[in-house]
Amino acid sequence: MLGLLWAIPLLPFLGFLLNGILGPRLLPRRAVGILASVAVLLSFLVSLGAIAAIADPVALAAAAGGSLTTDAGHHRAVQTLWTWMPIGTSAQGTVLRVDWAYALDPLSAVMLLVVTGVGFLIHVYSIGYMAHEPRPAYARFFAYLNLFMAMMLTLVLGASLPVVFVGWEGVGLCSYLLIGFYYDRVFDETTGMTCADAGRKAFITNRIGDMGFMLGMLLLFATAGTLDIQGILAQAGTLGTGVCTAAALLLFVGACGKSAQIPLYVWLPDAMAGPTPVSALIHAATMVTAGVYVVCRMAPLYQHAPAALLTVAVVGGATAVFAALIGLCQNDIKKVLAYSTVSQLGYMMLGAGCGGFEAGVFHLMTHAFFKALLFLGAGSVIHAMSGEQDIRKMGGLDRYIPWTHGTFVVAWLAISGIFPLSGFFSKDEILAWAFRKSILLWGLGAGGAFLTAFYMSRLYFLVFHGRARFDKETRHHVHESPRTMIVPLVVLAALAFAGGVLGVPEALGARNVLGEYLAPVFEAAPAAGTAAPAHLAAGLELGLMAVSFAIAVFGIFLGWVFYAQRPEIPATFAENVGGLYRLVAGKFYVDEIYDRVILAPYYALCRAASWFDRYVVDGAVNAAGYVTLGTSYTSVGFDTYVVDGLVNLTGYTVRGASWVFRKFQTGVVQSYATAVVLGIFILVSVYLLTQGH
Amino acid sequence: MPVPPSHVLIFSLLLFSIGMLGVLTRRNAIIILMSIELMMNAANINFIAFSRQLNNLAGQVFGVFTIAVAAGEVAIGLAVVLALFRNRDTIYVDEVHVMKG
Amino acid sequence: MSASAVIFYVLASIAVLSAAMVIWSRYPVHSALYLVTTFLSVAGIYVLFEAEFVAAVQVLVYAGGIMVLFLFVILLVNLKDTLGPRVRLHATFSSLIGTAVVGLILYVYSQGRVPGSPGAAPMLREGGNLQAIGTSLYREYLLPFEIASVLLLVAMIGTIILARQKT
Repeated sequence: MLGLLWAIPLLPFLGFLLNGILGPRLLPRRAVGILASVAVLLSFLVSLGAIAAIADPVALAAAAGGSLTTDAGHHRAVQTLWTWMPIGTSAQGTVLRVDWAYALDPLSAVMLLVVTGVGFLIHVYSIGYMAHEPRPAYARFFAYLNLFMAMMLTLVLGASLPVVFVGWEGVGLCSYLLIGFYYDRVFDETTGMTCADAGRKAFITNRIGDMGFMLGMLLLFATAGTLDIQGILAQAGTLGTGVCTAAALLLFVGACGKSAQIPLYVWLPDAMAGPTPVSALIHAATMVTAGVYVVCRMAPLYQHAPAALLTVAVVGGATAVFAALIGLCQNDIKKVLAYSTVSQLGYMMLGAGCGGFEAGVFHLMTHAFFKALLFLGAGSVIHAMSGEQDIRKMGGLDRYIPWTHGTFVVAWLAISGIFPLSGFFSKDEILAWAFRKSILLWGLGAGGAFLTAFYMSRLYFLVFHGRARFDKETRHHVHESPRTMIVPLVVLAALAFAGGVLGVPEALGARNVLGEYLAPVFEAAPAAGTAAPAHLAAGLELGLMAVSFAIAVFGIFLGWVFYAQRPEIPATFAENVGGLYRLVAGKFYVDEIYDRVILAPYYALCRAASWFDRYVVDGAVNAAGYVTLGTSYTSVGFDTYVVDGLVNLTGYTVRGASWVFRKFQTGVVQSYATAVVLGIFILVSVYLLTQGH
Repeated sequence: MPVPPSHVLIFSLLLFSIGMLGVLTRRNAIIILMSIELMMNAANINFIAFSRQLNNLAGQVFGVFTIAVAAGEVAIGLAVVLALFRNRDTIYVDEVHVMKG
Repeated sequence: MSASAVIFYVLASIAVLSAAMVIWSRYPVHSALYLVTTFLSVAGIYVLFEAEFVAAVQVLVYAGGIMVLFLFVILLVNLKDTLGPRVRLHATFSSLIGTAVVGLILYVYSQGRVPGSPGAAPMLREGGNLQAIGTSLYREYLLPFEIASVLLLVAMIGTIILARQKT
C-alpha cells in the first residue's frame, strides 16, 4: 500500500472534481453525499494499509525502490512523484530543486488517521445535517469538503515545505469558502457582519501568519539550501542558534495564524459562521491543528532554538487561559466551543513548547475526537432547535434528544479531564511536561484546565438541564437527529472515551503506546546542548495527576452549583463585578483593540496616502496636463489646416480613383471570369513566348 | 494513333476556346452550363489521346472520373438555375448582380 | 493519310462546328441539339483512340443522361436568349481574347515548338481495354472510385435540396 501514497490526497480531490463539476446539475443528491464520503473512506483505508506497511522495519526496507525511498530505522517512507521546481545548481554546487513528494512517518500517520477517520465521520454526519439544503448548495458543500480533505492530506503528507505550503494555503482557501458558505446571510447581528465577511476575516488573518511561514521557508532555503523537511532537520544542528530561532519563530507566526494562537486567534470564533460540520472538521479537528503539526514536524529545529521553544510554550499557555476566560461568558453554543478550541490549541502549543511534542500530538488526537464530538453534538442540538444557537434559550434538552445528550456527556467529561476519559491522559501529559519546564507554565495549564471544566459544565447544564427556556412553538419541533448524524456521534463518543488508552502514562503501570510510536520522529535529530529533562518521579507524577483531576472535578462542581443548583449566583456575580464581567463578555475587546490600534492607524495611513495622492501626485500630474493642453491648442491650428488638408486630399484622390475602379465591379460574374481569362492568357503568353529563348 | 498529337491538341484547344467564349459571352445560364460541358469535353479528349499516345490506361480511367464529376456538376448547376428562376424570375446572369460595387 | 485520320478530321470538324453553333444559336433547344452532335462526334473520336469504354460512357452519360437533364430544365425555364439591347463590353473583349489565345497557340505551333511525334504502336491487350479499365478501376483506383460515388451522392442530395419547391 505504500506505493499508493499518492492516492491518499488524490481520492478526495477526484471526489471534489466529480462533485464540483457534475454535482450541482447531474448527480442525484444521494450520490453526491455517498461519493464524497466514499472518497474519504477509501483514503482512510489506503492510509491504514500504508501505515501498516511502515510499522515493520524489515518489510519497509524491502519495499524501497522505484519512486519510494525508505528509512527503516525511523519508520519513514518517502514517495517522490515528480520534480516540481527544478531550480538549478547553487554556487556551492548543490543541486537545488523541489520535488513533489509525500512522506509517511509515525507523526504523519497519526495525523492521517485523525484527518481521514474523523473526516469520514463528519462527511457521513453532513449527509444528514445538510439534507435541507438545495441541491446545488449541497453539492458545493461536499465538493468543498472533499477539496479540503485533499489539501489537508497534502499538508500532512508533504515531504518538503513548499508541498506542505500548498496544502496549508489550500486548507485556508477551503476554510474561507466554507465559512462563507452562507455568503448571503448576516452572521453577527450587532456588528452587521455577514458570513462572507467572516470568511474574509479568517482569510486575511491567516495571510498574516502565512507571510511568516513563507519568510521562514525562504530563510531556511537560504541557509540550509534545501526545502526538503528531512534535509533541513538534518542540518538543524549546523545552522546556528540564531538562524534556528529566527526560522522557528517565523514558522511559529504561521502556526499562530493557522492554529489561532494569540494574537492571531480572532478569526476562529467568527469562523463559526460556517455550517456546523465545517466547524467540527476544519475549525476543531483538523485544519487548526496544522500549526501544531508543523511545529511538531519541525521539532528538531525548535530543539535547537530554546528561545523559540519557550515562546511557543508561553504563547500557548497564555492562549489556553485567555481563550478559556472569554469562553466563560459566551452565550452562543458554537462560540463557546470555538473559544474552547482556541484554548485547547493553546494547550497543544504549551505541550510542544515544553518539549513534549508527543504530548502535543496526543492532545491533538484526543481533542480531534472530543471536540469534533462536541461540535457535532452542538450541530445536533441546533438541528433539534430549528437553528437556535443561544444557550440562554435552551435548557432541559436531555429528555428530547437522548442520543445527543449521552454522547455530549462523554465529550464534556473528556474535555474536562475526568479519569479515565481520553482528555484526562492527554491533558495530564501536557501538564507533566509543563511542570518539568517551569511551575509557572504548569500554573497556566492548570488554570486553563479549571476554566475549561467550568465553562464546559456551564454549557452542558444550560443546554441540557434546568427549565426549558424555549417557547411552545420550538418545543413542538424539537426532535432527535436522523441516523446518519447519530452514528458518527456514537463512534466519536467511543473514541473520545477510549482514545486515552494510547497514551496511558508509565506511572500508572501501562505503556505509553503513542509516545513510543512517535519516539523515532522526535529523536530523529538529537538535540544538541538541551538534554531531555529527566522523567518525573512516579510519586510526583501521580500527585500531579491527582491535582489535575481534583481541579477538573472542582470546575465541574462549581459549574453544577452555578448553573444547575443556584442559577441566581452568576447573575449577582455579574452585577457585583460588572466591569470585569463586561470585559470578559466583550471578549476583552480584542477585536476593538485591533480596530483602534492596527486598523485605525492603517486607515489613517491610507487617508494620508490618499491625501498625498490627491494633492501632490495629482497636482503634478494635473500640471503636466495643463502644459500638454496649452501645447495642444497651438498644434490644433496646424492640425486642422495642414495635416487635415493633406489627409482630405488623399481622401478625395482615393474617392476619385475608386469612382473609376467601381465601374469594373459590375457584379456580373462574366466580367470577373473575363478578367480571370485575361490573366491566364497573359501568363500563358509569357510562358510560351519566352520558352526556348 | 492515326494523327499527330499536336493536331489533337489543336482540336481540343478549339473546342475549349469555344466553350470559354460561350461562358464569357452568353447570358443564358443554361447555355453557360452547356459551354462548361464543352470545355470539360475538350479536357477529356486530351486525357484519352495521351492515354493512347503514352500507352497508359490511367488517362482513360480519369476520363471516366471526369464524366462522373461532370454529371454531378450539371445536376447541381441546373438545380441552381431552377432555384434562381424561382426566386428571381430570370436565368440571365447579367441580371443577377448582387455583388455590384 | 489513312482512313482513320480522315475520319478523325471529319469528326473533329463536326465537333468544332456544332460546338460553335451551341454558343451561336438563339434558342436553347437548338443549342442542346448541337451539343448532342458534339458529344457524339467526340465519342467517335474516343473510339478512334481505342477508348471504347469511355466512348460508351460518353454516349450514355453525356448524350443520354445529361442532355435529358438539360432539355427538362429548358422546358421548365423556356426563355429565349438574346444578345440584349446594349453592346456588352466584355462580350467583345472576351471574343478578342479567345481569338488571341487561338492565334497564339497556332503561332507557337507554326514555329515548330510543339513536337508532332509519330503515332505510337497500337495497344493490343488481351481481352481488350474494357477488362483492363475494369481491373484498374477496382484495384489501383478503388479509393477515387468510391470517393466519386460519394461525390455523386452528395450532388444528388444537394440537387434535391436546391430544386425542392419551398412550400
